[in-house]
Amino acid sequence: MNLKLLSDVAYLTSAILFIIGLKFLSHPKRARRGNQMAAIGMAFAIVASFVFLWGGGAPANGMLIVVGIVIGGLAGTLGARFVAMTEMPQMVALLNGCGGGAAALISTVEFARFMTEKSAGQPTDGLSFGATLFGGVIGSLSFWGSLLAFGKLSGFMEKAITSAFQKLLTIVVFLGLIATIAWIGMGAGTMAFYVLLAVALVFSILMVIPIGGADMPVVISLLNSFTGLAVAATGFSLKQPALIISGTLVGASGTLLTLLMCKAMNRSIANVLFAGVGAGPVATGGGGGAVGGPPKTVREITADDLAMLLGNVQSMIVIPGYGMAVAQAQHVTRELGDMLAAKGVDVKYAVHPVAGRMPGHMNVLLAEANVPYEQLFDLEQINPEFERCDVALIIGANDVVNPCARYDKTSPIYGMPILDADKAQHIIVVKRSLKPGFAGIDNEIYYNPKTYMFFGDAKGAIQKLVEAVKAAD
Amino acid sequence: MTEATLILYAIYIFMLAVFVGFEVISKVPVQLHTPLMSGTNAIHGIVMLGGMLVLADAKTPLLTWLGFAAVVLGAMNLFGGFVVTDRMLEMFKTKKPAGGK
Repeated sequence: MNLKLLSDVAYLTSAILFIIGLKFLSHPKRARRGNQMAAIGMAFAIVASFVFLWGGGAPANGMLIVVGIVIGGLAGTLGARFVAMTEMPQMVALLNGCGGGAAALISTVEFARFMTEKSAGQPTDGLSFGATLFGGVIGSLSFWGSLLAFGKLSGFMEKAITSAFQKLLTIVVFLGLIATIAWIGMGAGTMAFYVLLAVALVFSILMVIPIGGADMPVVISLLNSFTGLAVAATGFSLKQPALIISGTLVGASGTLLTLLMCKAMNRSIANVLFAGVGAGPVATGGGGGAVGGPPKTVREITADDLAMLLGNVQSMIVIPGYGMAVAQAQHVTRELGDMLAAKGVDVKYAVHPVAGRMPGHMNVLLAEANVPYEQLFDLEQINPEFERCDVALIIGANDVVNPCARYDKTSPIYGMPILDADKAQHIIVVKRSLKPGFAGIDNEIYYNPKTYMFFGDAKGAIQKLVEAVKAAD
Repeated sequence: MTEATLILYAIYIFMLAVFVGFEVISKVPVQLHTPLMSGTNAIHGIVMLGGMLVLADAKTPLLTWLGFAAVVLGAMNLFGGFVVTDRMLEMFKTKKPAGGK
């Protein structure tokens, strides 16, 4: 009896620590401590569960519980420890999928319990039963959706696929989902629950497949809040307040975070989910390739010429993009920046809110390369400075500097705030090829008369440039 | 307490947690979006505890395996989530002494 009270108090403590942890997580200075507090809260909750389960002697399957925690804990910890910083978004998607999968499995077991109780003639608690169905559907959706998002981010299937048929199919499957729930509500058994999980699987595929890779962060954030809700639902069916509180906290804050992310891209959530950015053939951006338009020519520049150019500038704004991150060029970029700064050049880094593959991803990567904090600027701060800036150095960024976002209503990225790199005196684009970026659209900035293209893999190219700048001294 | 009161309490908890969840992160700066997402991701790793409960209660081999899988997946979510978030935030921390003043 006292043990039950003890574990309940520990659960309460963990809930408080989660809330404070989240609060801290939204402040730059205290973020790390916030995460640690949440982790301590989790330790309280785990200990509470052990006290609760082991209080009256070892429970059935006690050994299996410990083994399961050790296996999952090791796999998760090692994966998280050794994943490259650039692959962080995929990792979060994968871990989120694990949580969703766990919620779906728990709901399956709970459903079986309800069926056993029903055949034993016990009354069914409607709320718990409903929560179990909800946990199953949302958990399954979150699991498969996250795996797909993981696949998309890993580059297995970057392109968005969308068609009228697919939209119709989504609606049909959604109706099927409701019909299956109604079927179970009318008394169908375990088989129907498996059907429900399968329909949720199909629905998650139809939901995620049409969304382009560039929007995956929003999808992961949405699925993250879904998993939160699924966990809260399992909390209802297991009558476990700790799960209800934590799951709901994540569900609510995750939803808000999803909306904030959309806002950072100046998009609505409906637009992200249903518009299918990057679908179909490569769209021409900003009429740059319109029929009858001027022929598109680009100017190339060599490392030596570029070094000469950089020798005569007063200010440079570096615009890093995901291309820089994949090539692991952040360190050599910082080296270039430091060299020029030592020569008196005013070096700044412009970080677009969605640079990288998640909002804030680029800040993490640049911080990893020890780029001084005062040199980092966000969109609103830096945009007025481009006009006075001698060189905009665009490294592996594309959509975030595409001017067609300003005026081309047909462009999938129309309305997204962009960095005004085209207003700088000179524009240098470091890029592997003229291939379109993540959103799958062409970029007119490459054809701007002020632009020099410096082709090459970001790391190799910047390395060459660093050598050339050294040699020019 | 009756069953109905307990359910009502659970709904109270749910409702209050919704408001707290919204309120607590309402002023997050953009550069913390990714770590925050990752941090909340770790918190729903608490689902592992649900897995522990159903596994301890599992009666048939099938349910035992399902419960076991839930514990493994939950543990991955939980431990991986906190470690990955800490790694991201570690980056933010190291730049403070390097960059500050």
